Amino acid sequence: MSEAQMKVSDEIAITIENMNKWYGTFHVLRDINLTVNRGERIVICGPSGSGKSTLIRCINALEEHQQGSIEVDGTLLSSDLKNIDKIRSEVGMCFQHFNLFPHLTILENCTLAPIWVRKTPKKEAEEIAMHFLEKVKIPDQAGKYPGQLSGGQQQRVAIARSLCMKPRIMLFDEPTSALDPEMIKEVLDTMIELAEEGMTMLCVTHEMGFARQVANRVIFMDQGQIVEQNEPEAFFNNPQSERTQLFLSQILGH
Amino acid sequence: MSDLHANSVAFVRTETIPESPPPGVASGPIKWMRENLFATPANTLLTLVAIYMIYLILAPTMPWILNGVWNANSLSECREILNGKSGACFAVLSERWPQLLFGFKYPAEYYWRPTLAFVLLFAAVAPVLFFDLPRKLLVMTALYPFIAFWLIWGGTILVPILALVGCGVGYAVYQRFVASNFAAGFFGGIAAAFIVWSLGGAMIPEGASEAAMLQPVPSRDLGGFMLNMMLGVTCVSLSIPIGIALALGRQSSMPIIKWICVVFIEFIRGVPLITLLFVASVMLSYFFPPDSSVDLFLRVVIMITMFSAAYIAEVIRGGLAALPKGQYEAADSLGLDYAQAMRLIILPQALKISIPGIVNVAVGLFKDTTLVSVISMFDLVGMIRGPILASTEWNGVYWELLGFAALLFFVVCYGISQYSQWLERRLATDHR
Repeated sequence: MSEAQMKVSDEIAITIENMNKWYGTFHVLRDINLTVNRGERIVICGPSGSGKSTLIRCINALEEHQQGSIEVDGTLLSSDLKNIDKIRSEVGMCFQHFNLFPHLTILENCTLAPIWVRKTPKKEAEEIAMHFLEKVKIPDQAGKYPGQLSGGQQQRVAIARSLCMKPRIMLFDEPTSALDPEMIKEVLDTMIELAEEGMTMLCVTHEMGFARQVANRVIFMDQGQIVEQNEPEAFFNNPQSERTQLFLSQILGH
Repeated sequence: MSDLHANSVAFVRTETIPESPPPGVASGPIKWMRENLFATPANTLLTLVAIYMIYLILAPTMPWILNGVWNANSLSECREILNGKSGACFAVLSERWPQLLFGFKYPAEYYWRPTLAFVLLFAAVAPVLFFDLPRKLLVMTALYPFIAFWLIWGGTILVPILALVGCGVGYAVYQRFVASNFAAGFFGGIAAAFIVWSLGGAMIPEGASEAAMLQPVPSRDLGGFMLNMMLGVTCVSLSIPIGIALALGRQSSMPIIKWICVVFIEFIRGVPLITLLFVASVMLSYFFPPDSSVDLFLRVVIMITMFSAAYIAEVIRGGLAALPKGQYEAADSLGLDYAQAMRLIILPQALKISIPGIVNVAVGLFKDTTLVSVISMFDLVGMIRGPILASTEWNGVYWELLGFAALLFFVVCYGISQYSQWLERRLATDHR
């Protein structure tokens, strides 16, 4: 894959400043500062409980932060419901457990939000949905229910469902962690394709091969803080902090 | 295979084993009986004992039923006809048939009105129960309450028309304002409907009822199984939406709404239905303006509805709790607002989970409508206990009358149960 295709623009997509979050008295995110440019592909890794999922869930307000500011696409995330809904319709999200709607068919899963949130006519929404289902290579499953699909297929549907909202930013919360090894590749291929098209992406993942190939920045988190961030080559070959070295030796060293 | 294994552990399959049918899946009644009735000596013995028990029960009851007398004017006449033989006196059913169905005060020449309302009920309920039917049929469902009210109670047609217009205006106001603010739409709609009702109510001329096409029948003249059906249908159809609202309210993040719902549910669940019915019959009028006389039927409907709504709310809360949190998050992350997320994602799934519980409450409610006989409303059981058994002609025909009541209720409740099982199968999308 040519680096030239995956240009990062100077335009800023997400700004997080001095963000802090607590669960009760537990300080989960500590003084997070992060700026994401449009077209950047960022991989966030770290041990479990380090707050990486919580961080990306704060970006579309699935979790509320108590201090600091988050600005997405020029919209400041506050407790104003209108702002939150606006940000959520611009930011796509994929979950570890897919969270497809089991009572709706694949096609209905994909057309629901465009029809109700974007007020797209049903016919047009279905065309958009089929376009993205073709992109994730499962147009033939459109009439089935999520329970009839394999995990990898379900996750690709989840990606298509998010894409139908034409998001400008995509968040991935451990998209391959619940999948069988055989199915991880098909989901990663879809994500790589998305990256090549210039989508701004934040991925929480432990797929280090994916990080090396796609990311232009890798962030390592531990105990609610950003410990280290760097370009993938430098991050993997020459980690600076001790905790990063330990983490990398644990996940790569077998 | 063993040779191969002896030589080496390495093994490569070069051909796929073709699929073959499973061995010996013969079927048929004889096989079924052998497996289920006569599998072991103990099983055979139990089967024989069970057959004997069935015989013991049927031996006296079948002649009693088959020998039944259908034409007689009193119990003593029945006994004369039977002449000492065992036999039921079903004549009470044929002689008191209209009373059992409509009560003893409903004017006989108007029996066609509730009968027509009953027939129309099927047309009104069908599009709700069977959602594959064309959606346009829902118009009938929307109009049915007003038509049925007019048919059963009679009086001037202006009253149901006014009620319908009020609902229409309320809905229009709701539609107009709901886009900007849900609360404004909701309360504005209710207020608009009330304004229309009170203005229109003042305009209906005095004595319009006497000159009406359908002669008015007061609520106290309603009775029999008709009363059970009316209470059952009205209360079930009102308590499901109220129950949904209470269940959602109980989960609300707004503390006032949450606590109103919690207090309501816990209070109503903690009080026996009989108590609420007594409150309805003697005390509820204290809560209404002094000069207004709220109909007893309406008061009972309010009480039974509140009672079952509280139960249904808890059943639905169970369904809501059973949904994975991911469903809420997925709905949120797609940008759906609260109402959309509930209507499109959460409630369809939660209600599907709650079907057995809701049906349980609905069946229980329908049977509990017989409790109104204790506040001297003559429903089916009230009719049997009161006017019929107390009459000199039919004093003592307990089995036939109560058996008939049981049969009527069983037919309706079993129907509801069968429908709900069909619905569950129809909605099953997870593992087809």
